[in-house]
Order: sequence, then C-alpha cells, then structure tokens
Amino acid sequence: MSTILFLILFPFVVALALLVLKTDAARDVIVKVASVVIAAASVYLTVQYFGSGGEYFEFEGEIVNSLMMGIEICLAVIIFYLGVKYKKYLASLLVAIQTPIMVWFELSVGHGIHVTHNMYVDRLSLVMVLIIGIIGTLICWYSIGYMKDFQHHHHGEPDRRPWFFFLMFLFLAAMFGIVVSNNLVWLYFFWEITTLCSFFLIGYTKTKEAINNSFRALIMNLFGGLGFVLGIVVLGNFYETLELDQMLAIGLMGGSVVVPAALLAFAGITKAAQMPFNSWLLGAMVAPTPTSALLHSSTMVKAGVFLIVKLSPVLGWNLAGIMVMLVGGITFLMASFAAISQSNAKRVLAYSTVANLGLIVACGGIGTYAAVWAAIMLIIFHAVTKSLLFLCVGTAEHNIGSRDIEDMDGLFGRMPRLATFMIVGIAGMFLAPFGMLISKWAALKAVIDSGNVLLVMMIVFGSAATLFYWTKWLGKMVAIVAKRENIQQNVHKEEWLVLSSLTVLTIVICLIFPVVSSYLIVPYLEAVYSTVAALALSSGNMYIMSAMLALVVLLPLLFFGKTNKKIVPIYMAGVNLGDDLTFLGSMEKPMPVSLRNWYMEDYFAEKRMNVIGVIATVVVLVAAFSMIIGGVL
Amino acid sequence: MNLTTSLIGIAAYLILAPIAGGLLAGIDRKISARMQGRYGPPILQPFYDFFKLMEKEPITVNKVQDFYIMCFLIFIIITGCFFFAGGDLLLVIFTLTLASIFLVVAAFSSNSPYAQVGAERELLQMMAYEPMVLLTAVGFYLVSGSFNVADIVTGEVMGIKYLPGIFLGFVFILTIKLRKSPFDLSMSHHAHQELVKGMTTEFSGRTLAALEIAHWYENIFLLGFVYLFFVNQAAWTPVLAVIVCLVVYFIEILIDNSYARMKWQIAINASWIVAVTLGFVNLLVLYFMG
Repeated sequence: MSTILFLILFPFVVALALLVLKTDAARDVIVKVASVVIAAASVYLTVQYFGSGGEYFEFEGEIVNSLMMGIEICLAVIIFYLGVKYKKYLASLLVAIQTPIMVWFELSVGHGIHVTHNMYVDRLSLVMVLIIGIIGTLICWYSIGYMKDFQHHHHGEPDRRPWFFFLMFLFLAAMFGIVVSNNLVWLYFFWEITTLCSFFLIGYTKTKEAINNSFRALIMNLFGGLGFVLGIVVLGNFYETLELDQMLAIGLMGGSVVVPAALLAFAGITKAAQMPFNSWLLGAMVAPTPTSALLHSSTMVKAGVFLIVKLSPVLGWNLAGIMVMLVGGITFLMASFAAISQSNAKRVLAYSTVANLGLIVACGGIGTYAAVWAAIMLIIFHAVTKSLLFLCVGTAEHNIGSRDIEDMDGLFGRMPRLATFMIVGIAGMFLAPFGMLISKWAALKAVIDSGNVLLVMMIVFGSAATLFYWTKWLGKMVAIVAKRENIQQNVHKEEWLVLSSLTVLTIVICLIFPVVSSYLIVPYLEAVYSTVAALALSSGNMYIMSAMLALVVLLPLLFFGKTNKKIVPIYMAGVNLGDDLTFLGSMEKPMPVSLRNWYMEDYFAEKRMNVIGVIATVVVLVAAFSMIIGGVL
Repeated sequence: MNLTTSLIGIAAYLILAPIAGGLLAGIDRKISARMQGRYGPPILQPFYDFFKLMEKEPITVNKVQDFYIMCFLIFIIITGCFFFAGGDLLLVIFTLTLASIFLVVAAFSSNSPYAQVGAERELLQMMAYEPMVLLTAVGFYLVSGSFNVADIVTGEVMGIKYLPGIFLGFVFILTIKLRKSPFDLSMSHHAHQELVKGMTTEFSGRTLAALEIAHWYENIFLLGFVYLFFVNQAAWTPVLAVIVCLVVYFIEILIDNSYARMKWQIAINASWIVAVTLGFVNLLVLYFMG
C-alpha cells in the first residue's frame, strides 16, 4: 500500500523539484537518481504483490476526494482560459460542459455512494507499473542528453527544459495513479492529468503548428473525458457504484452494463488514438522525440488500452464489445495501409502505434480469455520495442540531420551500433520469433475463435501491409553503401545506455515470455474469468519460439560479416566507375545512382486511408451509440 | 503424430526434398522446352548447374550478403521441418516469412539497382500473397479444429470438400510463390523479361547454389500445402493428393509458358481480389455451416 502511494507521490515531488531547480547539473542528478528510485520501487512493488491474486485497499479518502475536485476545477479554469486565449473555443466549451457535470455529480449523487475500495493492485496493474516504471524512466534518462542537443539546435529560444521534465515526471505519477485506482472518480482524475500533460508536452516548442496540434490532442481527449464523465454518471445513478471491480462483477454476474462500458470504452478509444481520433497522435510528432516515445510506449495511449483491457470481461458479443472490436479492427487495417505511404520515420512509427493499438483494442473488444492474453502481451512487447525505435530515430535525427527514412541510406556504415539497435527494433515489431509477432499470432487465433470473420480479414490484410512497410525500412538500414564515414562518436553516453538497455530488453522479454505468461498474465486471467482456459499458443509453440530466437541471435554473433571471398563492384548496367555509386552513362558522362523506396501513393495515400477509416469508424460509433440509447429509451 | 513419425517426417524432408525439388525443376525445364518447341536440357540439368556453381571462383559484393542467404536457406529448411513434423500451420507460415525476409534483406544489402528493384518487387509479392496464405491456414483450422498438420492429415474430412474457394485462391497465389509468369516480377527463369535475375543479380557461385537448394526445399513444402487439401485418414488419399500436386504443378508450368509477365499492379490487385472473394466467401460459408 505504501509503495503504491510512494509511486504516485514521489514522481510528483521530483517533478516539482525539477521545475524549481534550473541548472543542468542539478537536473542531471535528480533525473538519474529519481529514475533509478522509481524503477526500483516498481520492481519492489511487483515482488511485494507477486504472490497475491489481487488486493484491494480501502484507503479512506474524503480529503483526497475534495483535494482532487479542487485541482480539477483549477485545471478546468486554466484550460478554459487557454482555449479562449488561443481562440480554441471548442476546448473551452468541452471543459465547461464536462467539469460542472462532474462537480455536480460528485456533490449530489456521488457523495451518497459509499466506495469500499479506492485502490487495488492486481497482476495487470503490476505489468503496467513495470512498463511505466522501467520504460518510462529509461525515456526520462535518455531525455537528459537529448534535450541538451535539442536546446542546442534551437538556441536563441527560451530554455523550457524545467517545464519539460516537470511534465515528464508528472506524467509518470498520473500513469501510476491510473493503473491502481479502483474508484472511477480517482481514475478519471489521473486520466485528465495525463490529457493535460500530453497537451503541454505537445505544445512544448510553442510554434504555431505545435499549438494547433496540442489543442487538437486536447480537444479529442476532452471528448473522451466527456464520455468518461457520462460513464461515471450513468454508473452512479443507475448502478449505485463508482468502483471498477463492482461494475465488472455486475457484468460477469449477468447484469447488463453495456451503457457505462460503452461510454468508458469510448474514452479509451480516444486516448488510444483510434480512428476517428488518430490524428491527435500523428500531430504529437511536433514535440521533442522523447515525448513521442513516452506517449507511444508507456503512457497516454497505454492508459487507453489499459482501460479497454480492464473492461474486456464485460465486452464481447454485445453492442459495446462489437463497437470496440470494429473500431480496433478498422484502425488496425487502415493505419497499417497508411504507414506504407510514409517516408518520415516518426510518422511510420506513429501509424504503426495506431495500428497495434487497434489490434489491442480489437482483442479487448472480443473479451475472451485468449484475446485478453494476446492484448496484454501486445501491450508489453509494444511498449519496449516502440520506445526503442522512437529513441533510435531521435538519435539518428540529431546525428544525420533528418528523420526521413530515405536519408537513412547506409546507416549501417555511418552509425553501425545505432543501426543494429534499430534493426533489432524493426525485426521486433513484425518478425517471428519476436514478441509482437507472437502476440499477433495469439490475437489472430483468438479472433478466429471469436467467429468474427470480418475481423479475421482485417487482420490478415493489415498484417500483410505491416510486413511491407517494416521490411522496406529494414532494407534501407541494411544496405551497404560505399564510402560512408562513421559518425556515431557524437552520441551522448546516456543515449547509448538507454538504447542498449532497451535492445537487450526487447530480446530478453521475448526469451522469457513463457515465464511472464505463466506467472503474471495467466494468474490474472484466471482471477478475472474464474476459469482455466486453453491459451491461444500451446506451450510447445512458445518454447519453439524461444529456441528460434536464440538461433536468430546466435547466428549473426557467430557468422555475421565474416568472409574471405574477393569483394567485387556491383553490377550497374553501365560501367561501374569503381565506387559503386556512379556509372558511365550513354553519353560517356558519369551518372550517380540513387535508390528510393516504394510508397505506393496510388494505393495507400495517407489522406484517403484516413478518410475511409474515419468515416467507417464514425459510422460504427454513431450506430452503436444510437442503438444503445435507443435500447435504453 | 508422435515423436517418431515427426522425426521420420523431418529426416525424409531433409534428405528427399532437395532431390525431389531438383528433379521437379529438371522436369519443369524439360516440359517448358517442349511447350516452346525446343528439345530442352536433360532432367538432371539443375543438379549439373548446382555442382558447376559450387566450383565457381568465390566472389561477393559485400561481407554480409552471404550470411543473409545462409539464414534464408536455414530458415526455409526449418519451415519445411515444422511442416513435415506435423507442426502448427501458423508457425510454418511465420517462419517462412522470416526466411523470405532474409532473402529480401540480402538483395537490399548489395545496394545494387537491379537487386533493389527485385527486392522491392519481392516485398510487393509477399504483401500480395500473405493474406491468402493466412486464410488458407484459417480454413484448415475451421475444418479440422486444429492448426497442426498432424491433425489435419489424420482428420475425418478431406479439406477440399469444405475449402474449394480457398484451394483455388491458394493455387492462384502459388503462381507467385513458385516464381512463375505472369507474376515472376522479382526474379525469373525466362530471359525475355525486363528484369531477369532481379534479386539474385549480385549473388554468384556457392551463394547462388545455396539459393537454388533453398528454392527446391521451398517448392516441395509449398506443394505440401496442396497435398493437405486432399488427404485424410483414409489410406488411399495420399496417392490422390500426390497426383493432385503433380497436376497442379503441371498447370503452373502451363500458365508460366502461356503468359507474359504482367505489371505489379495486376499482381497485387488480382491476389487481393482473389483473397477477398474466394477466401472470404469460403470462410463465411464455413462459419455459417459450423
């Protein structure tokens, strides 16, 4: 119990300290020490509650409730003011609707409902705590060096780094709050804090684009917040509870909780950047890269999918579940297609995140034992691998001056170590025997068993597209381009440390995932579903995967780059001038060769994919909610 | 299927597949030649080619591509072993993807224009056939209740009875997988195409020989998929299944020789339309029946 409170309060205190202390030296030390402490505390919490099947805490909190309400009102006033100041009246309007409803509810109905358990820890919380506590702090650690470079690249602008680090740690605190709150009012409080943190982080550079994009993120997430508030109001008024576990229990006992489940899932969908709300996550790219890494891997979007996974026992073949399945499936398909047309590495990563979240959301919507297993596995593997990839792109950008994949030609010659990390990351995202593929395999099987043929089609086509866009990036990385200078000595040592830790984590988690499954995930599922069901993957296949991984890691270590053959120039259909980069053209003139990837604009133009995806998901959402409201009235 | 039969399956595949695959390639060349009004090489020509390649001067364009080709060969063999040991079809498909990625990466690594165009086209072809291959596995699972090859071959029903659409779809994308015209975009055996050796442009000597062996292994295991459609626990079905495999291969040769190469747009459009119509409709029917 005290460890949980520590995990929420300590990052908050650190955040305040970082806001006040403005020297580089002090910041470096505080960030490093705090990161180690937070990571250690997360591990300690895991050890503490590892054996328990899930514990609930009373934690009498009248004062906490009032305090939270006070903070909520202050934040609402700030958003309202900013909305008016930057002429984004929709944000002001949304907050002017949502906060009064919440305050009214808490003072009238909510006050009368007794909350037995405000907080809890179960194995899903532990998984999330580990992700936030380890991946999140690694990203903070990485930011130390990155933000120095960033300030250097943007010199002349005011140094807002204290604000940046304040937000990063505040974010972690709020995330810890989300994964251990059983009282939905508390969950909502932390939920809104993450919305605000991401709003300020996206607007960090204060350029016009940054401000616009930050408001887009804010507005979309406020819509979700409104859904959350309505969910709480419905739950409080009609079911007389504010506790997540109570709501799930009602659902599992056979009562219908479709209305609040759909509203809360809607909040999850906005936060997880599912279509039609995916554009806020794409817009978030304007922020410094560690922000993207944090938003995409361990925080923000993971809060969205966490809520949906939490709700999954009451989803399935009901209106709320079908809505979630279809939104997730369509998003997976269309975002995977859109990624093909992108050459900006960060945008490829962003679409891949949206797509993978779509898969997680779809699994959550199916809500069966096997589907949720796949969803949790996806959350874990995605967090590690995606943070690695974002940070690699960040480092590449600062050293080669571009985040365009076309400019990463021959990165293997220029920054061999970074390229190796990136290759591990890319392979980790889509290839057997790495984690994402294992989870996708399980997801596919769960979807087939659920009987949703449409979703099966979406997944097989989405997977084919995934294969295409990752491999063409991989191709750029592995190309051996002649005469490239090694420039990797300029990278900060903090960055190397974090990148290599994440690379090792990517591989190690794949190796030990059968253990993670049987000690963390399976017990969680057994507690939630009170049954023991067959997993999508037989244990035999899991061990085959681990063995294959060992082979994939060993082979390059033993044989990579070793040859005693004579090296000859490549064939160019003209006389190769000897450097493998130019040939003699038909007019006796040297012609440079440049090779470019395929983007298939005619098929997968970004805009078209978005339009189709947004229309399809809006139709699904509107249809689902109309039917739900129609059923209630 | 128990451990012994699995091991027998693996051993048979390891030893017999390259022989059968090489012979198949030889017969392919002979029949193709006859279709084109030529006499054609001896049936054993692929093996002569193989041994000749082994004796060529060892040269390479960079230090890494041989490694990738070695991995390609290893993982193709592993794929086949999973299949013939009676393993999980999805595992087989994912391992095959891994192997194919090694080949593409080998082509990319040379940074040679022709190889890279071939590599991009190969990727496109993979994107084209992947949905149908996955749907094939899904179909078998819905019919036999298991993804395991061992359970499918000892099942009560013959797959083709319930999977006619998926079978046709699979045969369609088999043209791509076997690198036959009109979809031999990334590399070809026909000299008249606009891009002939494509991905393999920069491979030579032993590396190219390894690639040939890998293709023999791959072709046999691809025909294994066709075999699965026609086999069940009845003792006579394997004979039928082998005959069907040969017929399918003959049809592929016929298609190969009667079509010119088509544009990549047609390859992807056609494969995806086939997957959506034949594959999807077949699955829908299965779900409604079952």
